[in-house]
Amino acid sequence: MNREQPFDVGAVRDVIAARRHMPGAMLPILHGIQDAVGFVPADAVPMIADALNVSRAEVHGVISFYHHFRQQPAGKHVIQVCRAEACQSVGSEALARHAEKLLGCAFHETTADGQFSLEPVYCLGLCACGPNVVVDGELHARVGADKLDRLLQAKRGAS
Amino acid sequence: MSVTIYVPRDSAAIALGANDVAVAISGEAKKRGVEIHIVRNGSRGMFWLEPMVEVATAQGRVAYGPVDPADVAGLFDAGFVQGGAHALEQGLTEEIPYLKNQERLTFARVGITDPVSLSDYLAHEGYAGLRRAIGMSSEAIVQEVLDSGLRGRGGAAFPTGIKWKTVANAQAAQKYIVCNADEGDSGTFSDRMVMEDDPFVLIEGMTIAGLAVGATQGYIYVRSEYPHAIAALNEAIATASQNGYLGANILGSGKAFRLEVRMGAGAYICGEETALLESLEGKRGVVRAKPPLPALEGLFGKPTVINNVISLATVPIVLARGAAFYKNYGMGRSHGTLPFQLAGNVKYGGLVEKAFGLTLRQLLEDFGGGTLSGRPIRAVQVGGPLGAYMPQQQLDTPLDYEAFAAIGAMVGHGGMVVFDDSVDMAQQARYAMEFCAIESCGKCTPCRIGSTRGVEVIDKIISNDNRPQQVHLLRDLCDTMLNGSLCAMGGLTPYPVLSALNHFPEDFGSPTEKAA
Ligand SMILES: Cc1cc2nc3c(=O)[nH]c(=O)nc-3n(C[C@H](O)[C@H](O)[C@H](O)COP(=O)(O)O)c2cc1C
Ligand code: SF4
Ligand code: FES
Repeated sequence: MNREQPFDVGAVRDVIAARRHMPGAMLPILHGIQDAVGFVPADAVPMIADALNVSRAEVHGVISFYHHFRQQPAGKHVIQVCRAEACQSVGSEALARHAEKLLGCAFHETTADGQFSLEPVYCLGLCACGPNVVVDGELHARVGADKLDRLLQAKRGAS
Repeated sequence: MSVTIYVPRDSAAIALGANDVAVAISGEAKKRGVEIHIVRNGSRGMFWLEPMVEVATAQGRVAYGPVDPADVAGLFDAGFVQGGAHALEQGLTEEIPYLKNQERLTFARVGITDPVSLSDYLAHEGYAGLRRAIGMSSEAIVQEVLDSGLRGRGGAAFPTGIKWKTVANAQAAQKYIVCNADEGDSGTFSDRMVMEDDPFVLIEGMTIAGLAVGATQGYIYVRSEYPHAIAALNEAIATASQNGYLGANILGSGKAFRLEVRMGAGAYICGEETALLESLEGKRGVVRAKPPLPALEGLFGKPTVINNVISLATVPIVLARGAAFYKNYGMGRSHGTLPFQLAGNVKYGGLVEKAFGLTLRQLLEDFGGGTLSGRPIRAVQVGGPLGAYMPQQQLDTPLDYEAFAAIGAMVGHGGMVVFDDSVDMAQQARYAMEFCAIESCGKCTPCRIGSTRGVEVIDKIISNDNRPQQVHLLRDLCDTMLNGSLCAMGGLTPYPVLSALNHFPEDFGSPTEKAA
């Protein structure tokens, strides 16, 4: 088990209160929590279970099923590289290896200094202009090694 | 007088720099004292020209692209606000052959209008379908959709009218319309474009579906990878509700229809309709066994229409122009048009809406212009990650659901991913298995375990470890997945794998093994 990270309990409580009455409220609540605190803390699980009247195991099962939900905070900057077929056909695998080398960390990992998390994504719907990358939620198309260097450098400079 | 300049807000255009271009244009105009009005329209879908800027002139819209912010001062110098000549000038947008040679029905407005402007939508035939549907009985609406020959555009190509009829005939206090906007297939982006670039057409289609089957609540389940689509839909839904196009009393008809967007959470399997319903209900996206059909016991156990974005977005034109108009396009039992999507290693990647019946080669060569790398096309994967890899000798197949099925391929969602001769097909086969292993919902063994074993077996083939036996094993495994899987995830993953093995045996180290 990972050590529980500090988080804003009040924000979690507010999200749950605002969304618990929606039909099928589980995903909207999890999204709300992740948007508010950056991840879904383990201590939020019993709160959600209680509000929706389901078991903790069920809540945990949902969180772990979906790739989008994090149980730990991400690095300060999140870099996602598309690894699906259309991007592969124009060199995204070489770009993925370049990203790993540049950051010194593998996919699904965060750099030791906590600055960058590297994640795969399977298609962004920009398949006619790959390889494609998302940096902190911003889309970038036709990204080669040089462009990736510049994008990361800009984040390093800004951080 | 102020000049109207269009700079797309489609996320592909944004990814290519459209926001910076818009800022540069308004800055330069201010500096020069030129009065302009920037409209953030959708994309015409010619992505090699994005960001494509259009200027409204007396002759029509003149296109310039691809525009970099550094080009903007030069464009003003060349008098582009009057449609002046410039190296980036493409002439009248509507005359660009890529666009001119299309048959845009579902995409009639895409790229032309401001996506979130209701008045723009109304000025371009928007809501004509709903207005007609409101005066019809629900049976008559269903009949119109049946007569149009429209089949589901999400992959399985099931007739939309028949699905609607089942739900219309079901007795229940509550029914639902669910839009499958999970679009997880690589090489597809037409759903994204509709949602970002013409969200009202989807809203209108779902409202008509509600009237047709007696459903008062709709959900659009959009994947989390599409935040721009979610924002555009929410904006359009709010506007439609404020103006009486959604809500308790649609256009004074006394009929209610409400709509809500729900965000997915990065699981490919949630595109499968029953997994999607589970996800909407707040559970893990695990596939349900059928029967019962979602049409009878769907969302929260109630009768539910679940359709793809393009299927629903095509309904308004069917109602506005009539079933016969739509049905007259196409070939065989594939009626109407499909927004084909040219993706991957292709020179002119983008969206091409055409009637069914042209060949894959016509699309790839006449529209796509061959590969981006300039090398020969070696393989084309059609219909997403579960679709077959087609070799050169199959490229003359007409795009028609039945013609594709006859050669063990599928049109699916109409996305095609082009690979040049540098592709390693054994690696692509491995990827298909790996993707299935990552994305399997885990409910059945052939898919869950089979895909993991599949990766191992292909690794052994690649490293020449007992190759002939491993190839035999791989075929066996594919056979088990094909026949033993509960849904098409495990059931279709063998398509890309076997097509790679059959058509490109040399990449698996067996030059003698020929197409089975
Ligand atoms: C693994 C898997 C993924 C799918 N993904 C999608 C998808 O992203 N979008 C979609 O519309 N249909 C998808 N489908 C097909 C749906 O299950 C279903 O057939 C479709 O939503 C029905 O709508 P239609 O009749 O309008 O095509 C998928 C099917 C499978 C087996
Ligand atoms: S085939 Fe795969 S995805 Fe489909 S139900 Fe079985 S385990 Fe789930
Ligand atoms: S495959 Fe990378 S954006 Fe679609």
